[in-house]
Parts: sequence; C-alpha cells; structure tokens
Amino acid sequence: MTAQYTIPNELMYTKDHEWAQVDENVIAVGITEYAQDSLGEVVYVELPEEGQKVTQGEPFGVVESVKAVSDLYAPISGTVVEVNEALLDQPGSVNDDPYGNGWMIKIEMDSEKELASLIPATEYEKLIKKQ
Amino acid sequence: MENLKKTPLCEEHIKLNARMVDFAGWYMPVQYTGVIDEHQNVRNNVGLFDVSHMGEIFFKGPKALETLQWLTSNDVSVLENGQAQYSLLMNPQGAMVDDIIIYCLEKNKNYLVCVNASNADKDFSWMKANNKGAEIINESNNWAQIAIQGPKAEALLKDVLGEKATTPKYFQFTQVDQLIVARTGYTGEDGFEVFLPKDQAVKFWQDLLAKGQKYQASAIGLGARDTLRTEMKYSLYGHEIDDTTNAFEAGLGWVVKMSKPDFIGRAALEASKKKGLKQKLIGFKMIDKGIPRAGYDLFSFDNVQIGRVTSGTMSPTLREPIGIGYLNLQNAEIGQEFFVQIRGRNCKAVVVKTPFVNVKK
Repeated sequence: MTAQYTIPNELMYTKDHEWAQVDENVIAVGITEYAQDSLGEVVYVELPEEGQKVTQGEPFGVVESVKAVSDLYAPISGTVVEVNEALLDQPGSVNDDPYGNGWMIKIEMDSEKELASLIPATEYEKLIKKQ
Repeated sequence: MENLKKTPLCEEHIKLNARMVDFAGWYMPVQYTGVIDEHQNVRNNVGLFDVSHMGEIFFKGPKALETLQWLTSNDVSVLENGQAQYSLLMNPQGAMVDDIIIYCLEKNKNYLVCVNASNADKDFSWMKANNKGAEIINESNNWAQIAIQGPKAEALLKDVLGEKATTPKYFQFTQVDQLIVARTGYTGEDGFEVFLPKDQAVKFWQDLLAKGQKYQASAIGLGARDTLRTEMKYSLYGHEIDDTTNAFEAGLGWVVKMSKPDFIGRAALEASKKKGLKQKLIGFKMIDKGIPRAGYDLFSFDNVQIGRVTSGTMSPTLREPIGIGYLNLQNAEIGQEFFVQIRGRNCKAVVVKTPFVNVKK
C-alpha cells in the first residue's frame, strides 16, 4: 500500500526528505509531502535565525509532531537569509502546504558544488517507494 | 514486522488504513486519521481502542487471595465480587515490576489480573517465582480486550450489549455471557474496558463501529491513547514508573496499604519513607516555547540538575505543551519555576496542578 505523494519536478531533494528550490544562489528549503505525512500533525517548528550558518547534511532546526521530534537537515551549506516566521504560529502549514506556505528557510549557498549531492524528483520518488 | 504478535483485530485496523507500528513486540495501530482528531473524539464523543495486547493472568484456588496479597501493594481482601482495583506488582526494593488492575471474579478464589503488554512475560515469571500456592494461569493468548471511552461510551455500549452491560459503577464490572465488562479506562473519560474471548473480537468491534455511527464513534490508536493518559497524568510503565521507581515518589501511595499483611517491597517502602523521599512526580507547563519530551533534564535557575522529564507532548485538548517528570522535593511545589533543557537551551517551565484536563463525568 503506497499512497501517492506530490513530488514537484522543479525541486531538488535530500535523502532526509527535505526539498530545495534553487533560485540563483538562494535555496528555499522545506520538507516533502511524504515527510509531513510520515510525521503526522506538526505542532511545533524550531528554525534558525537569519544570519546563522548552516552546514550541508547537518541539522538546522526541528519539527515536532504530537508524538515525536525530528531534525531538519540543511540541503546545502550557507547563510540563512530568510526564515518563515509564520510557521512558528501556524506549524500546520507544513502539513497543509508543504511545498508552499510550509517552506522553512532560505539559504544563501556557499558553493554551487554542493548542489551535486541533491537528488532530482525521479530519484526521490524511487527512494520513498522503497520505504 | 512479520515476527510481531498480532491481535485478532489486526485486519480490521488495516481495513481502516491505520498506521501500524511495533509496540512492545505487537503489531499495533498508532493512528488512524490523526492523533489530534482521535484524541478530541474521545473527549467529545466516544473512541474504540484495541487493547488486546494487554495481558490477562488468572489467580485461582484457595491460595489465590493470599498470593495476590503477597505480590501486590493494595489490599486485595477488600475486593468483593464484581469489583476492580488498581495496584502495583512490587519488587523487594519497593519499586514496581508492573502496574496492574485486579478484577475479583469470585472472592478468595478467582481473580483476573490485567498487566501491561510489555511486561506480561516478565510478570508471569515473577508471579510464579513468588507464588504462595495459587494456580496462576497466563491466558493472555485467549483474550481480546477493547476499550470504549468517552462521554457517549455508555450509550453506545447499551446499544450493543443491552442495559445490563452498563450497570457497573466506576471500577466495578459485570459479566455478560463470556464478556467481562469493566467500567475502567486510561483516558480520564467515562468508559469501559471489555475482556472477551479472542474469536468474538471482530464481531464485537464491527458492532461497535456500526452502531457507533450515530455517536460519532471512531477507532483510536496508541498515539492518542498516550496523549489522553498524559493529560490525566496517569503513569505509563517505562516512563513514570519502572523497576527502580519508588511508589511514594511516583504519587502512588494511595495504592500502597502498609496496614495489610506483609507484601514484597513493604520493608523497603517503609525504610524509604523513614529516610525521607527525595523526589516527586509532578505535572508542568512551559512558560517559554518548546515541547518537553521524555528524557529531557530539568535544571534549577542556578543550573543544578533537579529532575527529568518522564512524558511530554503537545496537549490536544489545551493546545499547549504539557509535561510529567520527577523533581527534587524542594523544587516540586505548585507554582515553582525551573528550566527544561531542550536541545541545549534552557526553557522556563512551572509546576502545575494535575490532572491537566478536568473531565466532567
């Protein structure tokens, strides 16, 4: 039994179920529809501050459902330039609109080279089918 | 998941699209539609829980009472036929092997002990090792158990079983055919826990769901079972209590009867009381943002560790974080403030009165 999840083609993904939208040197980050469904209702989101440095593959924040705490992993290294403050009061947006209002942070990336380790939609789809 | 034990209702959960998980070696539904929805439906209407993973151990024969008195902390001799009692299975250190409910089927000679799924095998071995001559039978594999909880539980059960099933008062039970219908639960709501032979479980479950439509009955997973009990500050074995926790410090002194005949752990409990208790199980709310979780450390404002969190969640009823934990006695008064360390950050919290949620019955 595999539910059908939306996996927008124009985004890049991590194996930890974050999505990354590349806009020149700024990367918007959120979690995938599959990730929010696995978590259940998101009741709390903790995000870094603007100006904070993040490192590819390292936690940059957490998302909590009623039952569990999950780390959020940075898809790319760089500096946080924007934070979706609205999520702090409306964490449910992560469930309702994971690729839209559920976005979390925007990172100004240090090096384009790191983009190579992100995976495209087709590959991400294969990944979640295995789980 | 294939080597996990399954309850007779497993297929029913899968039909309802439940998310299934490994819980104490059992393949169990953690949620159906969502923890918050399910939680609220129990508070507002009625919820159905498959708790068939719980263990059922019978004590029979002329030494049944004497054995239970020796094994448990509460006074089993006060139980009359049809009465139930919350109690503790004790170890010699005055800590808990398990927390249990004892049902008196026939005074002096026949008792049902309901134990936690995760402890069932350990409990049974412990009981046999400390037997005072009772016939102790582990019938866990023959029984299913379904909890019906919420303000509409009585109306629903009346529809399914008829008037006589719903007469028991709180912590009493009736026997209807082969069913044991007890007015007990783990949610704080009015409701019932029904023990029934395994092969009758599917039909009973389906009846409850069908007749439950007009009461907005829905199936409830282990996720909401946990948030419901947390709002009531009910202990969960492995969290608030375990084989190292002191019954008095856990706030369970009300089920420890020091005046009854001697029991395992009594001497240790008496000594601990004489020496003075060190900590206390309390409920708290957050002043700063953050959700407390089991295992987080508690600190005083001058940075001394003064306790730890045993359970924590976002309360679906209150829509704010709540926590249960042990605090050193001098820090445990209602209104006292302290820090919960959440991911290295000190977040302010305050001891509050419990239960967190007041349920009207």
